[in-house]
Amino acid sequence: MTTGGSPQPRDSAPEGLDVRAPLPPTGSRGSRILGGGSGARSVWVAVASTLVFFGVAAILIVTSPGWLRVKATFFDAAVFKKSFPLILEKFRINVFIFMVAEVIVLAWAMLLAVLRSLPGPVFAPLRLLATAYTALFRALPTILVISLLGFGMPALGLQGLPKSEIFWAIVALVLVYSAYVAEVYRAGIESVHPSQTAAARSLGLDRRKTLRFVVLPQAVRRVIPPLLNDFIGLQKDSALVGVIGVVDSLSTADIRSAAAFDYTPYLALALIYVVITIPMTVWVDWLIKRERGRTQAGGRL
Amino acid sequence: MTEALRVEGLRKTFGDLEVLSGVDLALDEHEVVCLIGASGSGKSTLLRCINLLEPIDAGSVRIRGEEVTATGVDVDRVRSRVGIVFQAFNLFPHMTVLRNVTLAPTEVRRLSKAAADEQAHGLLSRFGLDDKAGEYPDRLSGGQQQRVAIVRALAMDPDVLLLDEVTSALDPVLVAEVLDLLRELAGTGMTMVIATHEMGFARDVASRVCFLDGGRILEEGPPERMFSEPREEATRRFLDRVIAAGRM
Repeated sequence: MTTGGSPQPRDSAPEGLDVRAPLPPTGSRGSRILGGGSGARSVWVAVASTLVFFGVAAILIVTSPGWLRVKATFFDAAVFKKSFPLILEKFRINVFIFMVAEVIVLAWAMLLAVLRSLPGPVFAPLRLLATAYTALFRALPTILVISLLGFGMPALGLQGLPKSEIFWAIVALVLVYSAYVAEVYRAGIESVHPSQTAAARSLGLDRRKTLRFVVLPQAVRRVIPPLLNDFIGLQKDSALVGVIGVVDSLSTADIRSAAAFDYTPYLALALIYVVITIPMTVWVDWLIKRERGRTQAGGRL
Repeated sequence: MTEALRVEGLRKTFGDLEVLSGVDLALDEHEVVCLIGASGSGKSTLLRCINLLEPIDAGSVRIRGEEVTATGVDVDRVRSRVGIVFQAFNLFPHMTVLRNVTLAPTEVRRLSKAAADEQAHGLLSRFGLDDKAGEYPDRLSGGQQQRVAIVRALAMDPDVLLLDEVTSALDPVLVAEVLDLLRELAGTGMTMVIATHEMGFARDVASRVCFLDGGRILEEGPPERMFSEPREEATRRFLDRVIAAGRM
């Protein structure tokens, strides 16, 4: 609302959701990294001081007594060249696992969140179930759930139960991350002011249509940044699937590293994770900033 | 004349607080009733009860003879016939003005998108808002937003329109455009219950003015009499305070 002194307060931020992150320094021009100043002079000062700082740091590092050992252990070009393509090839398994898991988590967590916000005594058992689910899977370490399912389920030998480790890895990641994402969704649902529901219901929309057309679209829009943050976590945790015998990128790095008596393969994998994750975090930051801009300019979205 | 709305013995409590303690109110079609009274006198609660947004504790509400507070009545169907406009507009911020207006007609009245769009454009042009059809609510002034909210309620072609202090959240300069719209609506014979602090407007538009005090309608009558010679001491005190505040 631009005028009229909106009497609708925004709810306080629900637990576990940082939709409205700290305010940015207002009126900052140019890059915050450069110090927020303006004009050519401050840019030059920033560039010069950066060059001097990193120059001195680089000289100190490469002239230090242990440098050659570090270089041989972590930055061996020959090992890198040999292991990188293999690790990248196996990274496709991680990509498959987290992509499939993310798609399922999006839908499953939404269902959990909606179940948790159903009103009325009739839905008490469903609410209880959804609440217990989110509490349980947020309490367990991801690696434990992966081991439990990845070793345990195939060991049951039940007919019709898949034996694929990749399958159980995906199930485990979905169980754990849907609990987190359900909480994110729920916080989003609760952040939509009750007056929106009142307006929709007053027009004759039933509860389901109110949720579908009015509440969820606003809720999801608000929680996209925290949601993507959870997905970044999920992508990184896809490296845990090696414990149940999936030969993924990390297990491959383990093997290459053991074979070469050198840790460069780990660095190669680290590089891959950095390359896919950092753009995503930058994107999330951008989304948060844009969302903030919108809510500040125009009241409440 | 047929009866549009009848409220009988309506009681509503929030916890220990009895907000409405036996309200009786009847409206014929094309009647415009203004509810006046201090903040907290129960005006908003009464409107929300008529729209079934608040469950009532006792009494009954009838719309065109049908008792809508009886058990087993489909509340969504009732609400689709009783429009309400809120003080804070409550437009859907993620939808364009046009979609705000067409949502309920398409989803509740099952109008085709084309028919709903046509109806919405018709209503929006009638109230000088058609150039805003593609805008999002937060690009509009408060007065425009409130007019869109009224159009949104009108799009459902309600039997009764309830207005809950619709100008209270607006800058004084924006109040007039909303009141003008309501005057026009009254002129077209829309049945309305208007909770308001705009006494001048109430005097112009209302066929009847009801003064709410202590959870009941203490006094009612035609606006000329209510404003010039109120019978009840409480009504007189309230109007004196309103005059002192420069609102009349």
